[in-house]
Formats: sequence, C-alpha cells, structure tokens
Amino acid sequence: MNLSPLNSPVLSVRDLHVAFGDTEAVHGLSFDIHRGETLALVGESGSGKSATALSILRLIEREGGRIASGEIRINGTQPAEITTLGASQLRALRGDRIAMIFQEPMTSLNPVMTIGAQICETLSLHLGLRGRAAHDAALTALERVKIPDPERRLNQYPHELSGGLRQRVMIAMALTCEPEVLIADEPTTALDVTTQAEILKLIASLQKDMGMAVLFITHDLGVVDEIADRVVVLKDGCKVEEGFTSTLFAAPNAPYTKELMAASPRLGEGAPVPLNVTETVLRVRNLTTAYGGGLFSRQSAVAAVSDVSIELGRGETLGLVGESGCGKSTLARSIMRLVEPSAGEIELRGHRIDGLSRAALKPHRADIQMVFQDPYASLNPRMSIRDVVTEPAFLHGLVDYQGRRDLALDLLSRVGLTSDAVDRFAHQFSGGQRQRICIARALSVKPKIIVADEAVSALDVSNARRITELLADIQQRDGVSMLFISHDIAVVERVSHRIAVMLKGEIVETGPTGQVLNNPQHAYTKRLLSAVPRLDRAQAVSGTSGIRSLAPALSAVIALNGGASYDRTLDEYKFDGY
Amino acid sequence: MIPYLARVVVKSVVTLFAIFTVTFIATRLSGNPIDTFLGEGLTTEGREELIRYFQLDASLWQQYLAFLRGAMSGEFGLSFIDRRPVTQVVGDRLWASGQLLLASVGLTVLVAIPLGVLGAIYRKSWVGSAVMMIAFAGYAMPSFILSILMVLTFSYWLNWLPVVGNSTLLHFIMPTIAMSGVLVAALTRFTRNAMLDALGQDFIRTARAKGLRESRVVLRHGLGNAGVTVISVIGLQVAGLAAAGSVVVENIFSWPGIGQLLVNSALERDYPVLQFGVITVAIAVVVINAITDIAYAFADPRIRLAHS
Repeated sequence: MNLSPLNSPVLSVRDLHVAFGDTEAVHGLSFDIHRGETLALVGESGSGKSATALSILRLIEREGGRIASGEIRINGTQPAEITTLGASQLRALRGDRIAMIFQEPMTSLNPVMTIGAQICETLSLHLGLRGRAAHDAALTALERVKIPDPERRLNQYPHELSGGLRQRVMIAMALTCEPEVLIADEPTTALDVTTQAEILKLIASLQKDMGMAVLFITHDLGVVDEIADRVVVLKDGCKVEEGFTSTLFAAPNAPYTKELMAASPRLGEGAPVPLNVTETVLRVRNLTTAYGGGLFSRQSAVAAVSDVSIELGRGETLGLVGESGCGKSTLARSIMRLVEPSAGEIELRGHRIDGLSRAALKPHRADIQMVFQDPYASLNPRMSIRDVVTEPAFLHGLVDYQGRRDLALDLLSRVGLTSDAVDRFAHQFSGGQRQRICIARALSVKPKIIVADEAVSALDVSNARRITELLADIQQRDGVSMLFISHDIAVVERVSHRIAVMLKGEIVETGPTGQVLNNPQHAYTKRLLSAVPRLDRAQAVSGTSGIRSLAPALSAVIALNGGASYDRTLDEYKFDGY
Repeated sequence: MIPYLARVVVKSVVTLFAIFTVTFIATRLSGNPIDTFLGEGLTTEGREELIRYFQLDASLWQQYLAFLRGAMSGEFGLSFIDRRPVTQVVGDRLWASGQLLLASVGLTVLVAIPLGVLGAIYRKSWVGSAVMMIAFAGYAMPSFILSILMVLTFSYWLNWLPVVGNSTLLHFIMPTIAMSGVLVAALTRFTRNAMLDALGQDFIRTARAKGLRESRVVLRHGLGNAGVTVISVIGLQVAGLAAAGSVVVENIFSWPGIGQLLVNSALERDYPVLQFGVITVAIAVVVINAITDIAYAFADPRIRLAHS
C-alpha cells in the first residue's frame, strides 16, 4: 500500500492557544495537515483563523500576539517543535520549509525593490544562490507560476503589476525553496472572480507538482469547496467542526456550519422577481468619463466609462458586475458627479443633473447617496456616531442641531443598531456594524437612490448576508432604488432585479437577473459565470478531480488511526454549548 | 527617468530666473545707490558723472537686460568696500560655508537616522522614550543658545576648543554641533515616524515570513521605504540651513563663510556683495532641491517610472 507516507502529518497543531494581551483569540485548536493535502481553515473575521496562520511561523509575536500554550510540530526530514525554536532556527524554517502568502497582494510586496531582488533575497538566504544562478532560479520561479514575460518582470517594481500578477509573484516567492507547507492567508479575497479562479487553479496545480501541504485560510465557502480536501470550521477561536470537504458540505453537523453555508452566496439561488417599473428615477444616456489627456499630457484621454446608458426604476435594484478596473466605480462616481463625466446625460427624477454647478447640484445630492466598500476608511474616526450619521441631513438643513440626536437614534434603530451606539466612535464597532452606520448615514437624507459600491465586499459571508438583507428591507419599506455594484455575482444575484455586466468601460449585457445568469449571451458574461466558485460542486463531483483524489485515501488512513481528532472536535463542540 | 530629470532641470532654471529678477527689483526699490553709498561731499557734476558711469540713467528695462547680461557672463559688479569683483569676494567665502554645511549634514545623518530607527524599533521601551526626549530637547534649543552654552563650557571654563575661525579640525566641532542641533532633532523625529509607518506595512510581514534576519528586515525593507520620506526631509532642512541657518552660527564663531559676509555687507551697505550673496544662497538652495528631487526618484521607483 502506498498509504504509509500519509500516516504522519507534515504539520500538526495541538491544543493551540493564542492570546493578544489578556484576551485569548484561539482556544485550544488542534489539526493536522498531510503531504499533498489542502486543509481549509474557515471562519468569519475574528474567528482566529489568521491568528492561527501567523502562529505557525510565529509571526504572531510581531503582530502583538503570543502563543500562550500548545504545540506546533513540523515533521518530515527534520522534525521540529516550532513553539520552542530559537530565533535563528525559526528563521531557517521560515520561507524554506514553511512559506506563506498573504491576503493583500497590493501591499505585501516591497514597493522600492524589484520583483527579481525580492525573489533573489529568499534564494540567497536559504539556498545560498547569488548572481547568475540566483537570476536563473528567480526566472524559473516566475515561470512556474506562469507569469507572462518573466524576464521583464524581474526588473519591474510591484506597482507596475496588476493584483493578480502580484499574487503570482507572491506565490512564486513563497515556492522558491519548495516548502513542505504553504500557508495561504485569504490569498484570493482581494482579487476579482476571474483572477481568483486562475490563482486557485495555479495553487492546486503547483501543489500537485510539488506535493506540498497547503493550509488555506478563507471565509469563502465557495473557495473552500473549490480547493480544499478537508475543512476545519472555526468560530470565536474554537473548532466547531472538521471533516472532508465533500462530506462536510453534504451533511454539516454543527449549527454554525449550517449557518455559514446558508449565509454563503450561491449562484442560482434565485433572484428577486423583476419589477413592473412605473416610474424611472434615474436615466443615464451615453455617459462617457475619461481620465487624463489634459492640456499638458502627452497621453490621450483614457475612457474609463464609455457610452453607457442605464435606467433605474423606483424601488428597483440594478446590479452592476465586472472585474476590478472595468469602470464600475467610475460609473457610480460619474452618476453622483463625484467625478465629472466628459459626455452624456444624467437625469435624476426628471431633472438633468449633468452640467449643473455645485450650488445647483446640492439639492439633488440628497436624492442619491452612496455606501462605500471599506467601512473602516469611510467613517471619520474623530466624529461621534451621532454626528457621523446625521451630518448629511444637517448639511442639507433637514435637521437642526437639537434634533440630531433623535434623528440618529431613529436611523440607528432602522439599521439594527442599539441606541447606545449614538455616543460612541467608529473604531468601537466591527466591520459589519460600521457598514450599518454607513447605511444609516446614507438614509439620513431620505434618498431616492442608494449607490452601494462593493458595499459588502470587505465583509465576511455572514455579515455580508445581513447587510444585503438590511438593504432589501430598506428597499421594501421605503421604496428606495439601488445601484448595487459588486464583483461577486452571487451577491448581486441575491439582491438585483436586473443586472448589467460591464467590461472595459462598456455595458456588454443587461437584462432581468434570472435571464442574464441562466442564459448569458455575451462571451464575457459566460466567462465570469464559469469563474465563480460554487459551493454545490462537492456533491456532484466529489473525489473525481485530480486535485482531490487524495481525499479518499486520506480518509482511509484517518479511519485506521481511529479518527482521534474528530472525537475531540465533537467534545469541544459540546463543551462550547452548541 | 530622462523626462523626469529634464523636468527637474527646467524647474530649477525657471526658479533661478525668478530669483534673479526678484533680487534685481528688490535692490532697485531701495532708492538711488549713489545717494546712499557716497552721501555728502559730492558735487552735482560728480554725481551725474557717477550716474552715467554706473549707467543708472538708462531705463529700468535696459538696466535689467544689462544685469542679466552680466549675470550670464558671470559679472555681478564690484564690492563697494573691497573694490574687488563680488564673485571673488563671495567665492572666497563659499568653501568655508560649504565645509560647515557638509559637516553638519554629515553629522546629522550619522546621528539622526540611527536614532530614529532605534526610536521606532524600541518605541515601547525606555530606549524609544530617551530618543524622543533627546529629539524634543534639540528641537526646543535654538542654535545660538546651544552655541553660547558650548562656548561657555568648552572654551571659557574647560579651555578645550577654539572659538574663532576655521583653521583646524578642532574649530569645526562646536559650529558643526550648533548647526546640526535642530536638524538632528527634526530628522530623528521624521525618521522615527517614517520607520514606524514602514514597519507597520504588509511587506514587512512578507519579509519576516521569508526568514530574513531582523536587521535586514528593518534596514533593507523598513529603511528602504522610510528613506523616501527621510530624503525629502533632509533636502528641505539642508536647503533651509543653507539659506538662513548658517548666518547665526557663522557670526557667533566668526566663521569666514557666506552667512557672516551677508550680515557684514548688510551692515556696511555693500549692496553688490549682498545682492550676489543672496543670489549665491538662492542658487545653493535650488541646487540642493534639484539634488533632493533626483535622490527622491532614485529612492522611489514609483516616482522614477511614473513620468517616463
């Protein structure tokens, strides 16, 4: 039998406790990863999954946390207990035997060093390669992750590369020393679906070639289903469930896993029934917005949005989907006149607002409000929540100074926040709560249209679900129209009556949601749809793909070993009162 | 890179031209030089002859063109006191000031950058607090107070260091420290803040995950990025020092530099020297700024490549 090498895990974590100051973030977590296996660590933000990932390389000590107790053991050729390693042995391990890639490819590379220099750094450190040899090895590393034109990339700086290419560089860098374990901390969360699909495929195929173990951290169950052999579900620093991906998704045991699965947006879940639009609140005709091309610029203007026409009915949600950089946000900002469109007409409730002066525009601004992507950056940290949510109403003269508190209380209750929030500040709230505050702020001027620009993209599935439900409630109650912008088609499907698909500044397809998604006409829409990770795939094709062929074998091994870890999971699970 | 350099050069030339013009206008605003400098005892014929001789009867426009022509060929006139070309008078002093400036900048960089880095790494321990205390103390102490305290201690009481002139290396110690004081304080604080910012970035975590030594993480990745901010601060501070900072210190230590010359020529109303001294300092500031811009581009590829 060739099962013997699978017997001992490459990495085993036992009873890990991680603390930040006096607060414990991870409470006694245990799991194993075997060679050639992908283990997904799933949970909402704050569940301790990143803390766990950072603990394995003991990078947590640099992020203000510490490993309070527990064991992290790497086996293989030279077994070692990571929690007790000295500094130099730990460094020798990092990047060589255990490598890591991070969530933000845009900021995880050093902006003042060339790609080549950053890869060569690892090569010279762990393999002692210098000069020509290092250059060639770096080139090989880039070729391995299928970066086009690798020779040129070596001399480029990170800012010259797109997000997807940067993440490929990160992967190339992590894999230069052919590590035994790769830790991927939300590596595709910041990427759009088509890029995400490519990166996931890349990681899977590299894993197959190199036989390394992958610890994949994510909050996206669709991604888990796509890539993982086994899953560990975390909640509040405790393991609530562990199992093979297919079995776990087919029959989740823990109520929390069920909750998480229910919250995950799934393509094909059904969209709101198209409305009989009686009144058009927004009509955009032939809108074009160009950047650059000024008087002294040698480059001609680049149209970020070109010749776009859309309509939005009262109480209707129009979903706008497309990759990052396709012009979705520019379109939204042009409609709100936050950037100046270069041509076209914008008609808001029967009034042309393109070409209006700032002063003439002001009364119309109350009709159309925006909720932005990053709830952490869109709230002034020095203003109390009362002032934050009532500022637009105050500026538009809808409320006087005395009335602000009452209005704030009313708005907060409408977005499901308690009244004690009113005197607090933005940093005291979680991401989901902050996005509620942003929505309350938008509601303060009784807008007719809310533009939600990637409003749930920064939130984990459960919070995203709650926010979209809140938006739907508000729409039903107040008859607000929405322009819902997202790169996540599954989310868009859930909220939108109609969908517009955007590619390179143009709308390539538009129509009722069900029609566009079930019978896409444009090639790009088809490609976009096929890239979406699907949660329902496991039931259908479990164990058939090459990547997950190890799963049945592994299952046999664990059964032979008595399945100890599963029993413990169940105990913990009862102990935690689920 | 080439378009960027061209831009820096054009910017510098335009600035210089503006400075020449403003200097010219400012000096003409101060009235007829003959009345001010030669004063009483001049006959009407003698006065007119002098006016003709100095071409002061020509229109302002012609005078301006003459001034620019002179400037192009390096002629800025004669000193009233020395009767030598002002270029020579100022030139004699240039190197002395330059030496002091270079020594101060060198000392500042050597002291402030390590202090700033230490302050950032050990921000939570006593080391960081001590660094910040030194920085605040330096910031609060004007250079003339520091100079006087040093002169009092090391020359008057201890008799270790010479006070006047620039003949030996020992002469450099006190003026250099006096000039650097405020600069060290400012640069330490900027370096510390820039380092704190850089060390909190995601790519620092990437560098650590590679297994790099902490020293390399801090210096190559941390300081490499903080350097962009630090360079711009050094440039600004040095330009400021070249423009005004040296006047006080050079006078206290009788340093034969441009600062002292400027003060003396203003007191003696030697306007040609003053005018050319100001132009020299202005050129120095423009050159330092140009060098800063170029260094900035070298430190940050985003700037270097954005314009090409």
